[in-house]
Amino acid sequence: MHISEGILSAPVLLSGAVVSVVAVTVGLKKLDIDKIPQASILSAAFFVASLVHVPLGPSSVHLILNGIVGIILGWGAVPAIMIALVLQGVLFQFGGITTLGVNTVIMAVPAVISYYIFKPFIFKKNVISSSASFACGFFSVFLSGVLVALFLIMTEEGFVKIAYGVFLAHLPVMIIEGFVTMFCIGFLKKVNPELLPETTLCHDEILVNDKKGVLEGK
Amino acid sequence: MIEEPFATGSSIIHKIDPRVKVVCAVLLSTIVALSDNFVSIGSALVLSLILLFSARLNTGEVLSKLKIVWGFITVLWLFLPLTIPGETIYNIGCLEFSKQGLVLSALITLKSNIILLFFFTLVSTMNFITFGYVLSCFKIPSKLIYMLMLTYRYIFVIDKEYQKLLRAVKTRGFSPKTDTHTYKTYAYLIGMLFVKASLRANRVSNAMLCRGFKGKFYCLFEFNVSKKDYIFFGFISVYLIFFIYLEYCWEFIFWI
Repeated sequence: MHISEGILSAPVLLSGAVVSVVAVTVGLKKLDIDKIPQASILSAAFFVASLVHVPLGPSSVHLILNGIVGIILGWGAVPAIMIALVLQGVLFQFGGITTLGVNTVIMAVPAVISYYIFKPFIFKKNVISSSASFACGFFSVFLSGVLVALFLIMTEEGFVKIAYGVFLAHLPVMIIEGFVTMFCIGFLKKVNPELLPETTLCHDEILVNDKKGVLEGK
Repeated sequence: MIEEPFATGSSIIHKIDPRVKVVCAVLLSTIVALSDNFVSIGSALVLSLILLFSARLNTGEVLSKLKIVWGFITVLWLFLPLTIPGETIYNIGCLEFSKQGLVLSALITLKSNIILLFFFTLVSTMNFITFGYVLSCFKIPSKLIYMLMLTYRYIFVIDKEYQKLLRAVKTRGFSPKTDTHTYKTYAYLIGMLFVKASLRANRVSNAMLCRGFKGKFYCLFEFNVSKKDYIFFGFISVYLIFFIYLEYCWEFIFWI
């Protein structure tokens, strides 16, 4: 989800740049130097995964995945998303020097917010966890859509209808994103729960339960 | 997956110091993005075309890259004249085309194309590794550059993993449709990609630590600024002043 260059007004571009600089600084502070290879290679995986086109009726849409990025990387999602945007701009010649800040805000702020909202529910019972994961995928794209619309309207009041259009066009993406996030988090919980937040605690619990099971001869 | 069609060449632009080019690209795109005056934007269009011709880029490639933006701009031309209120200049039945809408569409079209042309000629004319080194010359946090370089390095590896997983599902007879099974398959595939990436990251960081990595990349490529670079930078600076002059002094005359 991008806003191209040459559309937004100076105040919007400037505020986007300021917010993104602050967010990236916080993100980098919270990211331990030992964790950087992990964050970078995961960010490469997100880059590749966001090029995946999933079918939708006769056409196809590409995934955004900022919900899962948020859940896995937390605040680290902000630098990871900014880097993905720079790579997209330079490697595919999309440009995006002046809109880098705004686009980082559009993608990364929902990621961090959904990290805080949905993190506590990931290791709850299956029903709660799946619905929270679905909501996480849906909500992060929803919020990105809201931000795009907001930035467009702040630039020029005449953009209201286009902003609505952009938002509505993303509704199907939100639903697909919800399903993909739900299945993906379910998968990660089974296969590699270390990737998800606060697993050290849960993991220990699982181990303790397993040991109890062994001791009780189950 | 990724090609850098403009990165190699022997034109004047390709020979200019990459740091100078990146600084000029940032300055030029910023002023164009902030401007809303047709006279000054017209002058930027002339400059971008001069740069494009002196960089001698493949025209077909340039057009095919610009087309991505044109798609979006066409939508603007269809909607803005109808939705932005203002003086009506033309109407078909109940559809009213406003002057303000048309002016705004024209302005956006010019601005986005010019900024992209600056990007092609000044940033895309170097390869990505050079670009990373250029960023490390400025006051950008070294952690961010470290992440950028590492991410770039592993995109290709992870893409290979993805292609492998995709082949694996295809040999099992998977054909994408609009149904839950397809979304589930893609979700599991992406999940597996994360698992593989995370395992690889652990191995990579251990290997880097074994080799005495201290969290900083050292630039082996030496930049040197020659007379040519000073001339180019001087030319762009003079143009920037000219642009600001046009932006503030010519607006009034134009609108009459």
